[in-house]
Amino acid sequence: MTLALYRIDDRLIHGQVVVGWGQPLDVSFIVLVDDEVSSSDWEQDLYRMGVPPQIEVIFASVEKAAELLPGWESDARVGILLVGDIDTAVALAGRVPQVRRFNVGGVHHRTGRKERLRFVYLTDDEAAKLRQLAARGIEVTAQDVPTARAVPVGEFT
Amino acid sequence: MSELRGVVVSHAAVAQALVAAVTAITGIEGALTPISNEGCGTEALGERLREAVGSGPAVLFVDLPGGSCFTSSARYAKKGGADIAVVTGVNLAMLLDFVFNRDIPPAEAARRAVDAGGKAIRVTSS
Repeated sequence: MTLALYRIDDRLIHGQVVVGWGQPLDVSFIVLVDDEVSSSDWEQDLYRMGVPPQIEVIFASVEKAAELLPGWESDARVGILLVGDIDTAVALAGRVPQVRRFNVGGVHHRTGRKERLRFVYLTDDEAAKLRQLAARGIEVTAQDVPTARAVPVGEFT
Repeated sequence: MSELRGVVVSHAAVAQALVAAVTAITGIEGALTPISNEGCGTEALGERLREAVGSGPAVLFVDLPGGSCFTSSARYAKKGGADIAVVTGVNLAMLLDFVFNRDIPPAEAARRAVDAGGKAIRVTSS
């Protein structure tokens, strides 16, 4: 199989990812790409606690993920790749041409951000970065859970 | 020792419902504060925790042993500067016990809550 979902979600590993997407996709591994978490054993333990033991959790910096992503894409199992913000998504897509899609699953309110969807708040700069990803041929949609409609980037940026 | 505050942290409206049930059963108000993760990123949930916990001490009762409620609570307990314990798998039985036993340190209250909550989980067959 492959990485079935590339997701931008500031909560990283949480219920919607593990249960909401993980169950229907029958996920066997989750890749969490985050420079800070990848350098903290304590943070990694926290995120592992939310994942059933049969699902492997892999932590990687952007640099390491760029190196290992082709291997995850050709893995026989189904996986999910998570990043916590749009800058990390842009950095990863800039390094690895195999990144062809991003699901915006949760980017929440913060000073300077405006509500675009119930679960997506973006600054103008973040919205522009998502449009730039789409202009490079990467499919960008917003969808919190599998049963919801995938909203095309043009409708929320 | 100042009396312990309890903060119930959950998905959707579980926390509000549990706190309302404790008040309905015991008549005790103000011992527990409900927090929902609805519409919250990590930062916003951390801010809700800070407002609820204040200067502590406190026990955070979280719904699941993983996920955004748990990671935010555990992170706050470690870095928030107050004396805080975190218990996962919150249920009504542990909260009922907690509101009557708040003159002990957070770690002891957390162990007591796990004991009370666990004892309430049983299989009853006819």
